[in-house]
Amino acid sequence: MSRAGMHDAAREDLAPLRTEAEAASYLGGDTSLKAWLTTTDHKRIAILYLITITCFFAIAAVAAALIRLELLTPQADLLSAEGYNRAFTIHGIIMVWFFLIPSIPNVFGNFLIPLMIGARDLAFPRLNLASWYIFVFGGLFTLAAIVFGGVDTGWTFYTPLSSTYANGNVVLALAAVFIAGWSSILTGVNFIVTIHKLRAPGMTWGRLPLFVWTHYATALILVLATPVLTVTLLLVAAERIFGLGIFNPALGGDPLLFQHLFWFYSHPAVYIMVLPAMGVVSELVPAAAHKKLFGYWFVAYSTLAIAFLGFLVWGHHMFVSGESMYASTIFSFLSLIVAVPSAIKVYNWTATLYKGSIALNAPFLFAMGFIGLFVMGGLTGLMLALLAIDVHVHDTYFVVAHFHYIMVGGAVTAFLGAAHFWWPKMFGRMYNEVWGRISAVLIFVGFNVTFFPQFLLGYMGMPRRYHVYPPEFQTLHDISTAGAGLLGLGYLLPLIYFLYSFRHGEPAPVNPWDATGLEWTVPSPPPEHNFEETPIVLRDPYDYPLSHDSSLR
Amino acid sequence: MTLARHEPFPDIARQREADRFGMVVFLASEAMLFGAVVMGLFALRTFEPAAFAATSQRLNLVAGSVNTAVLLTSSLLVAIGAEARASDRAALAKWMLAAAAALGLVFLVIKGSEYVQEYGEGLMPGVGPRQDFATPGARMFMDGYFIATGLHALHVTIGVVMLAGCAWRLRGDDPPSIVGVGNIGLYWHLVDIVWVFLFPILYLSR
Repeated sequence: MSRAGMHDAAREDLAPLRTEAEAASYLGGDTSLKAWLTTTDHKRIAILYLITITCFFAIAAVAAALIRLELLTPQADLLSAEGYNRAFTIHGIIMVWFFLIPSIPNVFGNFLIPLMIGARDLAFPRLNLASWYIFVFGGLFTLAAIVFGGVDTGWTFYTPLSSTYANGNVVLALAAVFIAGWSSILTGVNFIVTIHKLRAPGMTWGRLPLFVWTHYATALILVLATPVLTVTLLLVAAERIFGLGIFNPALGGDPLLFQHLFWFYSHPAVYIMVLPAMGVVSELVPAAAHKKLFGYWFVAYSTLAIAFLGFLVWGHHMFVSGESMYASTIFSFLSLIVAVPSAIKVYNWTATLYKGSIALNAPFLFAMGFIGLFVMGGLTGLMLALLAIDVHVHDTYFVVAHFHYIMVGGAVTAFLGAAHFWWPKMFGRMYNEVWGRISAVLIFVGFNVTFFPQFLLGYMGMPRRYHVYPPEFQTLHDISTAGAGLLGLGYLLPLIYFLYSFRHGEPAPVNPWDATGLEWTVPSPPPEHNFEETPIVLRDPYDYPLSHDSSLR
Repeated sequence: MTLARHEPFPDIARQREADRFGMVVFLASEAMLFGAVVMGLFALRTFEPAAFAATSQRLNLVAGSVNTAVLLTSSLLVAIGAEARASDRAALAKWMLAAAAALGLVFLVIKGSEYVQEYGEGLMPGVGPRQDFATPGARMFMDGYFIATGLHALHVTIGVVMLAGCAWRLRGDDPPSIVGVGNIGLYWHLVDIVWVFLFPILYLSR
């Protein structure tokens, strides 16, 4: 305590560095670096993840900026072909494995799941810390791969390019993703066991917030899909290091086998990214509308349905790779089926808004942004699932735009929505609401200006992964690059006003949004052990409107 | 203190349930790890049945069979050890787990001698003084063989270390919990079951 006291005294002349609530919370206590790096508190580990993935996001965003700047003109001026390949590879690898996959689960899932189910921590706190260290260790391999000159295989590591021909630091990058995969698996195990075994008395499966349901489904995918990627990357590494020929046709191998194994993980990985985002939106929408979520069980079961069906659609990435016509037809059909549970969710969110008394706050604007962009990404996904259209737009900017609508427009927007919704709970400070709204609108507009032109480019035949292009595509590319500037500004703003709120934000009340959920019954920020006494849950989830005698106030 | 209750759990029984459940979920993940390799081997057998059968004949069936017996026996010992720990017979449990770890080492030695033999016969892809593959399919089979058995041997090694560590801790007055011993046993059984799949696929498809 003397440490904390001295810290305050040294800065007495400034605004109060730490409110009483903060000192009594998980942020207080021992604040030395050693205490943070050896913590087993799920809340502190969530903060460690938040800092780590923000750094990775920044690195990958720089790579994205290089890509967009290069595409300002039809000829190569900023990057060589080789440099461009390395830029989009680093962008993809880091954004997918070191930002999107861990983003919502490892930051908000880690922080909120125990709070939402009335537990003191995750089931295996030390395993939780270990998974962060493994993640950082994997991240160091990625950074090493960049420092030693980069990788040029694309984030998909397709063979035989990655196994035989690529010259970059492929093995380092493979090792990075391999290691990060173990972190994912351990997180998944931890979430599943926690949700099964640590729910507070009365917290039945039917009373779980949908955020918890979606993380449960995500954890199942993490546990069951990631090992397949692990072994696939191992095979590619063995091919490069020991000269095995599993994917090398010259040695009797089959490059298509790599695509099967890779997409068996990487298509479910899309749902690892977007299911937690759907969980976030399922919390944000009822809280903003002050209404019970429409069709709780439909949303919960559609979540599990997406997780299950997501394992059966990997072949739609290989319609033009020589897959049999019959396989393609079945994969096309199954891919269309996945749209059904996704659409159920969208209808349920919008039905929740009907006749609600809606608070147009920043988290809600992000949730609305998610729904709009996710619908665009989902509908274009249906187009891509149709065999005839896919042959036409395969490997073009149409595909690039489609998955950016899901991953950036969907997952990143929901990540920011979650950050704006739970920031007061996590750090006990309110941020500037006006700037929050400006940033939500700026991101929505900037995103569309960036990526909508790419649908047009792709449909007209602009292939992905080229740094030079015919002059007639320049206008659309320039609009896209200008939009990327807006989008970048939209992402920079929250960083500024969130950091500003640490010192200057108003202390946050216990429940600033009048929302249901156990996390809003504990002080902001929560104390180290979350609940003084284990809560007993008597109410259904989303039991809006909150009455004044509610135990939740 | 053996019955250490950790922070998030309201009681020790729930914590033990969670420990067991966590191991089961992790083993599901491990099964998917080997599942990908097994599916790859199945694909190879479907597309190259002749090369698959011909190359399978060149493996050392005697060594593989002995290894199967060794591993199954060790699994029996682990099961007895876990039961012994559950009925508070720590000394018996200790010897059973130590013997199982020793059998795991025997497995690794036999496996290693097979690798040496295959190296000598030119069956190790890309390595060795000569390469003796009749067809690309034959080489693919050996690729799959080394990946599958290598990955399995890695798991055996981890299992041996865990069994030995568990046996070591069973001598003292701070023995691992019943669920702890049971979990290591579960892991060992999975390693065993994976071999029960790999053995017929690789050695008996002749």
